[in-house]
Amino acid sequence: MPTFEYAPAPESRAVVDIPDSYRLWIGGEWVEGRGTPFPTINPATEETLSTVAEATAEDVDAAVRAARTAYTRIWSRMSGTDRGKYLFRIARIMQERARELAVLETLDNGKPIKETRDFDVPTAAAHFFYHAGWADKLEYAGLGSSPRPHGVVGQIIPWNFPLLMLAWKIAPALACGNTVVLKPAETTPLAALLFADICQQADLPPGVVNLVTGAGATGQAIVDHPGIDKIAFTGSTAVGKMIARSIAGSDKHATLELGGKAANVVFDDAPLDQAIEGIVGGIFFNQGQVCCAGSRVLAQENIVDDVVDRLKRRLETLRLGDPLDKNTDVGAINSERQLARITELSAVGEAEGAVRWDTGCPLPKNGFWFRPTLFTEVSQSHRIAQEEIFGPVLSVLTFRTPGEAVAKANNTPYGLSAGVWTEKGSRILWMADQLKAGVVWANTFNQFDPTSPFGGYKESGYGREGGRHGLAAYVRKGTQQ
Amino acid sequence: MRKTYKLFIGGAFPRSESGRSYEVYAAAGRSGKRAFLANAAKASRKDARNAVVAARKAVGGWAGATAYNRGQVLYRVAEVMESRRDQLVAEVRTAEGLSPARAGAVVDAAIDRWVWYAGWSDKIAQITGNLNPVAGPYFNISAPEPTGVVAVLAPQDSSLLGLVSVVAPVIVTGNACVVVSSESMPLPAITLAECLATSDVPGGVVNILTGDAAEMAPWLASHLDVNGIDLTGAADLDWAAFEAAAADNLKRVRRPGPEDLAAAPELTRMTAWLETKTVWHPKGR
Repeated sequence: MPTFEYAPAPESRAVVDIPDSYRLWIGGEWVEGRGTPFPTINPATEETLSTVAEATAEDVDAAVRAARTAYTRIWSRMSGTDRGKYLFRIARIMQERARELAVLETLDNGKPIKETRDFDVPTAAAHFFYHAGWADKLEYAGLGSSPRPHGVVGQIIPWNFPLLMLAWKIAPALACGNTVVLKPAETTPLAALLFADICQQADLPPGVVNLVTGAGATGQAIVDHPGIDKIAFTGSTAVGKMIARSIAGSDKHATLELGGKAANVVFDDAPLDQAIEGIVGGIFFNQGQVCCAGSRVLAQENIVDDVVDRLKRRLETLRLGDPLDKNTDVGAINSERQLARITELSAVGEAEGAVRWDTGCPLPKNGFWFRPTLFTEVSQSHRIAQEEIFGPVLSVLTFRTPGEAVAKANNTPYGLSAGVWTEKGSRILWMADQLKAGVVWANTFNQFDPTSPFGGYKESGYGREGGRHGLAAYVRKGTQQ
Repeated sequence: MRKTYKLFIGGAFPRSESGRSYEVYAAAGRSGKRAFLANAAKASRKDARNAVVAARKAVGGWAGATAYNRGQVLYRVAEVMESRRDQLVAEVRTAEGLSPARAGAVVDAAIDRWVWYAGWSDKIAQITGNLNPVAGPYFNISAPEPTGVVAVLAPQDSSLLGLVSVVAPVIVTGNACVVVSSESMPLPAITLAECLATSDVPGGVVNILTGDAAEMAPWLASHLDVNGIDLTGAADLDWAAFEAAAADNLKRVRRPGPEDLAAAPELTRMTAWLETKTVWHPKGR
């Protein structure tokens, strides 16, 4: 198969200006953190990008108080129309500063510029735009006659889509009239810190959005703070369970968007070219560091060899390397820790008897990299078929009948997403009924839209984000005033 | 320099093909005198028919655009209205004889209303559509689609807020419209047309005619390529005759009624121009 040579086409870094250090964004001001500042690095080069403050419990308390003041004095008294105007403005500024956001996100996260430019940033802006429109229409959303905000919302987001997850969290919270204390992930804080600047440009009242950086301890301080009315968390199932335990018996509400182990079910009548593209995108998008990644392929037994051959051929054309290069398909793994986990689980896959194959492509010297990897001969009990790897590793399993496909697809503790590939419409809809997953993609995968609810069944968490249903997470139940 | 006020058809600003115009005066001042403002184009039956052709040509692309795209385009209209706020306030004030503060409030309300409707573009289907739990192995979903070309008789006594209140709900869902502005107060309508023309709204989605509503309405009501007619501005005309004429091709009709433009709008201004499409599909392995 011919491979094409590409000249490097790097996106310029000149559009972003990263200060040497960042403080916390509390009450509309940059304030010193009381913890130990920590570096954030470019995972593609291991170069330190900046140093970020660590928020202690005391800092979190200051942020919660600022959010409470903004809620009581300003945000809860403002009309939905006016709240919407701020959100529209934020959406517009994100569109205006799209290139800057995309480059910064790629530097801090390691994902290809192609993805930040064409997916993360525009989708994040769209999320603000969509929710801006809801701010003055909440009474139509089927949430009761006078939906009320919770108050102060604590939000903890992961490192895989730093800006997009921020948008998923902040846009609906603000639209519904809440104020926010948000903690970005410790390895990817820069997009959120730039977002503070966007809030300033939008003249967002001080304290409506507060940003505290730090790791697990900072997150725990948010969860434990008595002034927080609601927790919204996206991240691992293990941490999600800890949060659910922490708030047990309290008045706090939570929505949890956790891990997944999605199956792409490929029937023998599937449009195979399309299915291969969907499977590859489903697991190698963002280096597989996606909670809804299609990390398992369930191929009908009579086509599995063909599917695997085609997958290998397609994977060999993926370009791994400099995330800022516009031709790059596969970027860097976000952190050394994550790379270690992917490496370890892949070794377990081999040890348990699955057959490992990877593209053999050269890896850059510095940074954290993992080749697109395929496992065949995988059985359901293998850890690589049960546990979320969160990396560019695909496990191929087989099935004979639709019933067996459903049983295997559902056979994990997770239930976030699933894919179905078949030309038969009735089968798509039957499968969609049987699959225990919050999102089912048919003849496509990894589609996201602000209007479309996203979230999981079972141990993938509870609550939905996006769409009319996503609003429910940010208003109190009941209609009593 | 005084501006020439013309019609707005298919994204262009033509004079009336009839060559006719009529004099537009300001609201009466304290002395009772009404100052001359402009000669506005007096649209003819032929202009109305040209506008319908333009609307029909535009509606496919507009209805086929994503709701997100339509929402952004309409939000842009509000941004441009905001940038022309001073001009709109001056024109509304002159036309309606309002105090500067009152005229400002009316223009702000018109801009807010435009934003309110822009936000509905990607939400109205989530409110009006639903999955139907039919008693059988079928997937069954109902969702709205735009009706098509809608003729609109805008309120006679509210030059901008009234106009926005009847135009925005028609087009946000993907319809195209031919709107007859207030006869005596047409100038804010033409300024709105200029906002539309500089806002990425495709030509022909909104067509604005100035002139005598009583003259044009019968032709729009009986036009077989018009799918709906909003008679809001026809309260003082023989609107029953228009409704009867509209029956020839079963146009959707919104009758004139008491209008409180200051109040929050009702969804019916949008749903009046929506069809419900229900799709069945079998389920089975």
